[in-house]
Amino acid sequence: MSEMTETTLLSVHDLSIDFFRSGAKLHALRHVDLEVRPGRIVGIVGESGCGKSTLASSLIGLLAGNAEIVSGSIEFEGQDLARLSTRQMRAVRGRRISMVFQDPMTALNPVVTIGRQMIDIQYREKRSSAEKRRIAAEMLRTVGIPDAESRLSAYPHQFSGGMRQRICIGMALLMEPALLIADEPTTALDATLEVQVIKLLKELQQQFGCAIVFVSHHLGTVAELCDEVVVMYAGEVVERGAVRDIFRKPSHPYTQALLECDPARIKTPTRELPTIPGTLPDLAHPPKGCIFRERCPKAFARCEVEAPADYAAEGAEHRARCHLLDGKARGTA
Amino acid sequence: MLIFVLRRLALSVAIVAIAVVLLNAMLHLVPGDPTVMILGPRATPELIERTREAMGLDRPFYIQTLTFFGNLLRGDMGVDVFTGRSVASIVFSQLPYTLTLIAASIVWSAALGIVIGCYSAFRRGSWIDLSAGVLSVSTISVPSFVMALYGLLIFAVGLRWFPAVGAGTGFWGQAHYLVLPAFAIGISWVGYIARVVRASMLEILGANHVRMARAFGLTERRIVFSYALKIAVLPAVTLIGTGVVHLFSAAVFAEVIFSRPGIGALIVNAVNERNYPIVLGCILVTTIVIVLATLVSDLVNAWLDPRIREAL
Ligand SMILES: Nc1ncnc2c1ncn2[C@@H]1O[C@H](COP(=O)(O)OP(=O)(O)OP(=O)(O)O)[C@@H](O)[C@H]1O
Ligand code: SF4
Ligand SMILES: [Mg+2]
Repeated sequence: MSEMTETTLLSVHDLSIDFFRSGAKLHALRHVDLEVRPGRIVGIVGESGCGKSTLASSLIGLLAGNAEIVSGSIEFEGQDLARLSTRQMRAVRGRRISMVFQDPMTALNPVVTIGRQMIDIQYREKRSSAEKRRIAAEMLRTVGIPDAESRLSAYPHQFSGGMRQRICIGMALLMEPALLIADEPTTALDATLEVQVIKLLKELQQQFGCAIVFVSHHLGTVAELCDEVVVMYAGEVVERGAVRDIFRKPSHPYTQALLECDPARIKTPTRELPTIPGTLPDLAHPPKGCIFRERCPKAFARCEVEAPADYAAEGAEHRARCHLLDGKARGTA
Repeated sequence: MLIFVLRRLALSVAIVAIAVVLLNAMLHLVPGDPTVMILGPRATPELIERTREAMGLDRPFYIQTLTFFGNLLRGDMGVDVFTGRSVASIVFSQLPYTLTLIAASIVWSAALGIVIGCYSAFRRGSWIDLSAGVLSVSTISVPSFVMALYGLLIFAVGLRWFPAVGAGTGFWGQAHYLVLPAFAIGISWVGYIARVVRASMLEILGANHVRMARAFGLTERRIVFSYALKIAVLPAVTLIGTGVVHLFSAAVFAEVIFSRPGIGALIVNAVNERNYPIVLGCILVTTIVIVLATLVSDLVNAWLDPRIREAL
């Protein structure tokens, strides 16, 4: 990773985050590494509870009050975000990094007009209100809201869910940030709207040139949108690489299992989504050895005693944490 | 919106009409003949009979009620049986005192309650939050007339900071006389409103849209004052609107304890004297004020929240 530091926009290194809950410490993120280069779209996938949102929130300094960054750094444009004060972080938020949330129905303030909200987020700019209003209307038009000018004085509940998510995306891009974090922005939408929103994100990304960290459950969407993929399991990054490599040559048994569960790959459609057998380990007491061991169909003796290192896998910058990739160990599998 | 107001006004008229019927019926069930009260125990039976005729008390109950409605439409609430003065003029001369008292009680308690509620929500678990919680619960459970009596004994009789009886003249004079009764009525509302605002503020500060506002780097001050507070006070406005009926009954006690003029003092005397027209007039006006207060609180909420506005 060090060889590409100059061209890196965001570089998360060895990030560990604990949550304090009823006296126990939940190790929600452990030694996470993440690289995002300017203008690239990086997908973060994993089952529910793997720490995707925790990672996404940490990037914009919006972790819950009971969270603590135990170790690691979040380098972004020459600053370590993990060490910024609230005040310093506020200077970055909304301007250099912005965020789109999962539920568009609750993300906008219900008693303030869309226009007011879009003008308020430009509070740092030295522009007249009329100018701010014009820019807001312009952005509404860009994200495909018809009749933008007059819709500025509408309230969020007067828009459909899909429209609201478009507005949220527009707001997030209004200040032309270098990095956009999208935490499951389409999960709350139905399939047709999801396709539209993804298409919009893709177009806008090309127009604005920002990098995107895109969190999703949906592998098809990730394959469609992203350049690179990071696979998380139980608070650890287990595999990462270019989208092509991850989908064609998944190297970690967890990624392989995820892909087998993907509805897009299943011949006979069913109502019930297939799931990986077993449950996530207790994050308060993560097991010794490989974190995926209890559910891994390929586990062997070494997996119980030794945590796998970050091995190189097939393809450029493709890496996975599985002993099977260790040349010396392959024979014993 | 206009339709909503008209519909609510129609409903108010219906409520008032029902109240009139019930009151007429109730007053007739109260023992004691009003003519005997007026004329004294030594009145002759003929005199009593003539007075009953003059007051229409000999006619059936429903005729009396209908007559009352008819007069009411002409703005006539009857005459005081003792002085012969018009009930409307007596009631409306006393109403401003009571409305001022209620308004003063609500304004100070709502302002303080909202501030304490917000502060407790921001500094959740701090000693200020905890003591505000304990104080709220204890003031809510003390009846307002007990507050009034203690207020009177300590600050008027004991310390002599405030006058004990009367209403005063001039703006500052009246304000001075208002302090103790408004304190007695408002104090439990401070606690109520603080609790309600604290709960809704806590909920809102955890809401997704507040998180989103933070993600845009908005300052906490702007988030609280121009984004969150409008939503947080909604339940408090409803609470006050529906609580005006309790404020009225608290005002009755306060007016009697502090010997203030007002609807409360008027109604207590009228009931003791079986002065039906005055009692009816007071209750009628009170009912109208209460019904209007709920309407006003709904309109305030509609003004604060566009979703409510559209539902109207
Ligand atoms: N505020 C919190 N306090 C305690 N534990 C938390 C808190 N937030 C998250 N967690 C825990 O941390 C772990 C990671 O949660 P996170 O929300 O990051 O998962 P996720 O991958 O985003 O899941 P999902 O797909 O359901 O959104 C989970 O076990 C969760 O229960
Ligand atoms: S290290 Fe072992 S347990 Fe872990 S994923 Fe690889 S084979 Fe499975
Ligand atoms: Mg999540």
